[in-house]
Amino acid sequence: MFKRTLIAGVAALALAGVVAAAPASAQIKIGTAGPMTGSNASFGVQLKQGAEQAVADINAKGGVLGKQLVLSIGDDACDPKQAVSVANKFAAEKLVFVAGHFCSSSSIPASKVYTEEGILQMTPASTNPKFTDEGSWNTFRDVGRDDQQGAVAGAYLAKEFKGRKIAILHDNSAYGKGLADETKKNLNKAGVTEALYSAYVPGEKDYSAIVSRLKQAGIDVIYIGGYHTETALIIKQAKEQGMNATFMGGDALVTTEFWQATGPAGEGTIMTFPSDPRARATAKAVVAEFKAKNFDPEGYTLYAYAAIQIWAEAATKAGTTDPHKVADALKAGTWDSVLGKISYDKKGDVTVSDYVFYIWHNGNYAQM
Amino acid sequence: MAYALQQLINGITLGMIYGLIAVGYTMVYGIIGMINFAHGDVFMIGSFLSLIAITALTAMGISSVPLMLALTLVFAAVVAGIYGWSIERIAYRPLRGSFRLAPLISAIGMSIALQNFVQVSQGARNKSMPSLIPGALKIFEQDGFVVQLTWMQIVIFVVTLTLLVIFTWLVTKTSLGRAMRACEQDMKMASLLGIDTNFTISVTFVIGAALAAVAGMMFLLYYGSIDFYIGFVAGVKAFTAAVLGGVGSLPGAVIGGLLIGLIEAFWSGYASAQYKDVAAFSVLIIVLIVMPTGLLGRADVEKV
Repeated sequence: MFKRTLIAGVAALALAGVVAAAPASAQIKIGTAGPMTGSNASFGVQLKQGAEQAVADINAKGGVLGKQLVLSIGDDACDPKQAVSVANKFAAEKLVFVAGHFCSSSSIPASKVYTEEGILQMTPASTNPKFTDEGSWNTFRDVGRDDQQGAVAGAYLAKEFKGRKIAILHDNSAYGKGLADETKKNLNKAGVTEALYSAYVPGEKDYSAIVSRLKQAGIDVIYIGGYHTETALIIKQAKEQGMNATFMGGDALVTTEFWQATGPAGEGTIMTFPSDPRARATAKAVVAEFKAKNFDPEGYTLYAYAAIQIWAEAATKAGTTDPHKVADALKAGTWDSVLGKISYDKKGDVTVSDYVFYIWHNGNYAQM
Repeated sequence: MAYALQQLINGITLGMIYGLIAVGYTMVYGIIGMINFAHGDVFMIGSFLSLIAITALTAMGISSVPLMLALTLVFAAVVAGIYGWSIERIAYRPLRGSFRLAPLISAIGMSIALQNFVQVSQGARNKSMPSLIPGALKIFEQDGFVVQLTWMQIVIFVVTLTLLVIFTWLVTKTSLGRAMRACEQDMKMASLLGIDTNFTISVTFVIGAALAAVAGMMFLLYYGSIDFYIGFVAGVKAFTAAVLGGVGSLPGAVIGGLLIGLIEAFWSGYASAQYKDVAAFSVLIIVLIVMPTGLLGRADVEKV
């Protein structure tokens, strides 16, 4: 009796599978992935919100090539191993495009899977040059690169803090170390040598020992290549030890969670990020949509939105969602997005980047 | 000199927190000879309970910081104590007397369950709060280097030392302490002599969990940033401290904690911060090779 029920059950399940698979042909599956959990989860939320809004807007206008988009969301927790398993899961689900991941250390290993499986990838956040430098056909990004960001930061440090003691710290991640090294390179090129260059262990809470070391070395300016959680702790502990230095960081500080962690100690922290996409005329309508949902599209939200938007335009123009053909189309055209007009070079990087400086003041950041 | 003093302060603060957690490991090991891997997660739960209490008390309009901290301390210690009691009752007591690995595996399971429970119920994001006890004492200045001792660090020193004094008194001078020591020496004999061993073990878990909750509260107040994963790192370090000091020995746990805190601070201060864990664990290995029972542990004498 039990056996018969089981067989019936399996048959029913198989049938359900057939039924569920049928309408799928009228849909296009795409995905986004990032740290939905873990210490960088606030950035994962930005990617998820941006992607969901883009898919909703595109579907409302009739989808891509007459088909509706279906969005899968992957959680890589900024862990390279988990990123690869998310990538494999996406491959099994037969996605054609992924707008992700967030951390460079996730985007790079995941891109190998996507290359093999024939999935197009555009990261809205990973800035490590290696991601596109490896010359894979399927890797794109709609943000700048750390060599561009580091060049801006290094030149600024050399000019504004001439004769002061500069320290460079990094968290040994693909993003953090990459950015710190680019900044160091450009600082040294301008004839300035840093007084201290050191790594710290991410994921901890106690950075008092390294802070004392900075204090002992009489450091005036500290550049940190790392994510906001650790950067905030270092800044807070430095202020508690009575240090009065200027802190500077990269694009991974653009979340209000940074200020929640530092409190008033974060006052005056400088960071590099492209000119605020929320303020651009092309983003006005979309920003209003987010605001109506009570979500501030800060940081990478609009970059995630734009990645899907640009892909949809390219797929429409190519007349297919075949990843190879869309990749060729992407490199050939100029695309209208919430970020403004975007075009790609041979590697898949944006042709224009515009890193500027922001300063934290009283819980908000504003362009300097 | 000034620099070394500052690193000493950094190291002692960190070491005190490790020590407070290590006491819980060492007590449980001493009494039933098992490693309670869920202890680090009780510490994490203690810091979340403190955050919940502080948020609720602020919402209720209690602005006096000492009153708020006292209420938070009681709340976190009591609720964490209930957690400690339940963990023992659910996951360990039914397995007492079964083969040695069974409670170990159930402890690991408990640890993962608690971690995931907090991750799901409280969210996976970092929780931050502003400093409640800001400010610092400038104690010493040399060549422009000011040695700072924050009020929060003083609170940590005072709270940890007070708790340890109370606790040592409890174990050495009270009848409950005598019962605990009797169970440690020979559980079967103790029960034959009329000691309620189950009750004694439960109390040990409750006290250990309450101490871990206090450590969690100090951690929250000092660093101002917690997440569901802090119990793992802190738990591993505190467990190491307990082994280093000699598992089963109370002063050993604190000394082990201080030692690890100091090694981490001085290694990051004078050598490479990246390798501080390598340094701390190398010391552990060397100590265990030279003194297999840890610094203050005593060897188990096999009774024939």
